[in-house]
Amino acid sequence: MTAIAVPAREARRFRIAASPGAWLVWGSVTFFFLMLAGIIGSVVVSSFGRRWFDTWLPESWTTQWYGQAWHEFTLLDVLIVTVEVALLVVGISVLVGVPAAYVLARRAFPGRRVLYLLFLLPILMPPITYGIPLATVLYKYGLAGHMAGVVLANLVPSIPFVILTMTPFIEQVDPAIERAARMCGARTWQVFLRILAPLLVPGILAASILVLVRTVGMFELTFLTAGPDSQTLVVALYYTMSAAGIRAQQSVDAMAVIYTCMMLVLLVIALRFVNPTQLVARVKEDPQ
Amino acid sequence: MTSLRHRLADRGIDRQLLLLIPASLCVLILFVYPFAYGFGLSFQPSHGGVLGAYKEFFTDAYQRDTIWTTLKLSLPAAFLNVAASVPIAYRLRGRFRGKRLMTTLLVIPITLGTVLTAEGLLNFLGPTGWLNRTLMSAGIIDAPVRLTNNYWGVFFSLVITGFPFAFLLILSYLSGIDPTLERAAATLGAGWWPRFHRVTLPLLAPGLATTFCLTFVLAFSVFPSAILVGDPAGTTRVISIAAYHAAYESYDYSLASAIAVVMGVVELAVVAAVLGVRSLFYTGSTGGKG
Repeated sequence: MTAIAVPAREARRFRIAASPGAWLVWGSVTFFFLMLAGIIGSVVVSSFGRRWFDTWLPESWTTQWYGQAWHEFTLLDVLIVTVEVALLVVGISVLVGVPAAYVLARRAFPGRRVLYLLFLLPILMPPITYGIPLATVLYKYGLAGHMAGVVLANLVPSIPFVILTMTPFIEQVDPAIERAARMCGARTWQVFLRILAPLLVPGILAASILVLVRTVGMFELTFLTAGPDSQTLVVALYYTMSAAGIRAQQSVDAMAVIYTCMMLVLLVIALRFVNPTQLVARVKEDPQ
Repeated sequence: MTSLRHRLADRGIDRQLLLLIPASLCVLILFVYPFAYGFGLSFQPSHGGVLGAYKEFFTDAYQRDTIWTTLKLSLPAAFLNVAASVPIAYRLRGRFRGKRLMTTLLVIPITLGTVLTAEGLLNFLGPTGWLNRTLMSAGIIDAPVRLTNNYWGVFFSLVITGFPFAFLLILSYLSGIDPTLERAAATLGAGWWPRFHRVTLPLLAPGLATTFCLTFVLAFSVFPSAILVGDPAGTTRVISIAAYHAAYESYDYSLASAIAVVMGVVELAVVAAVLGVRSLFYTGSTGGKG
């Protein structure tokens, strides 16, 4: 296979270098990355600049905005809340989602397709459409405005997401192993804890990290259910941005950079375990 | 008793299905029940009868037009994202050096989220931002182009976050198509265009439809960027802003629920239309693992 594929690949690479269509493709990719670099770069530069009005770069540099953002926005508390919410959501959605994913992946039973659709819907609907009624219900029972409400709201897309991410991992485990364990007298919970859980560790890690990234980045649901002491970083960032004018632009930028760094750290960790395309789809790359 | 259990087990019902209960309960309590509650609430407005909230929404042009505003933003954005992704992903589907780096870089805007993108866009595309500065010193424009706090700001933010998402999805669908099919077409003398639109494109159609739907859903629920880089009182007053205002500024939960229901219906209608068009095309195996 590789022996045949190599010349074909060489030929394709040669064609890319030659054709005008390739220039267009690479041109638009470069343009996109330039825009992206400009967007991120201007935030980073602004957060280190003392004053930056009508020039290419700020007149002088400082790190005071970080200190200011840290104190003014009580960032430590916000970060602690963000981490707590994210870990709780990850923990609960894995505990609840993995067993369900197992049954959905392995078993055929009446109503399976309906159930699958039910688990797909929260991912397909815009968060605002179910977020507003959900927040109304949570306020009715006095759960919203606290961390409990934020965690509950974030579980809605996270549990289905765990189920969808785990399904291919579970399908890879040979059912013969479970049957062998049963033959040796293991009970269901023993099969789960001693046989399946160790085999599913990579999948569980991938699903947890994906849920973590999504929860830290989730704006709408947290925004609708959070109270003053249960804001996550992204919601706090939104509030400082929409109240711009009373805040120095640079300290908002500093906060945005802190948020970016947190996301980048998560992303780097995530990419050690999952393929980039898996962050959006669950199709596997061709190993070739 | 035993026989009943055996009969049920024959149909695939046994105690293992109990494992489904926690997840189903969560979705039922946290998704289905609030949705049904909101649906019921939308028919109990403080005035105007059963359909009062819907009447209020559809007779007030300021509210009704949010549907068009949202569609005018999300449909072109989703279309552009998918249309730009196809040729690029088609070119880049092979293996080349730096592919993993490129896909990794593309994930960044997805994780940044809309709020940070909005902040960056305000800085970068603003009147004194780098883009206007570059264009002005290159002599392309005389006065700064207004790209933020209007339609284009939101549109750019939808492209920045939506394009990588669409690209990575389409790339994964494309790599799920068996490359030997195209090689066979090439052996039979097909040029690159017939190869693309007679072989690859039909196989890609289901993936395209799914990608379009997911990108559209993402763009349709635009909320923070419409407020931050848009013109939330005018040209980018999208339907989610209308719903939010109804719920948290005028505390009219009935109207807010009605708007949420309208939003869901419009979105599902577009998704259904796209999937309907898709069913006119080839459905079946893509030859690969896809």
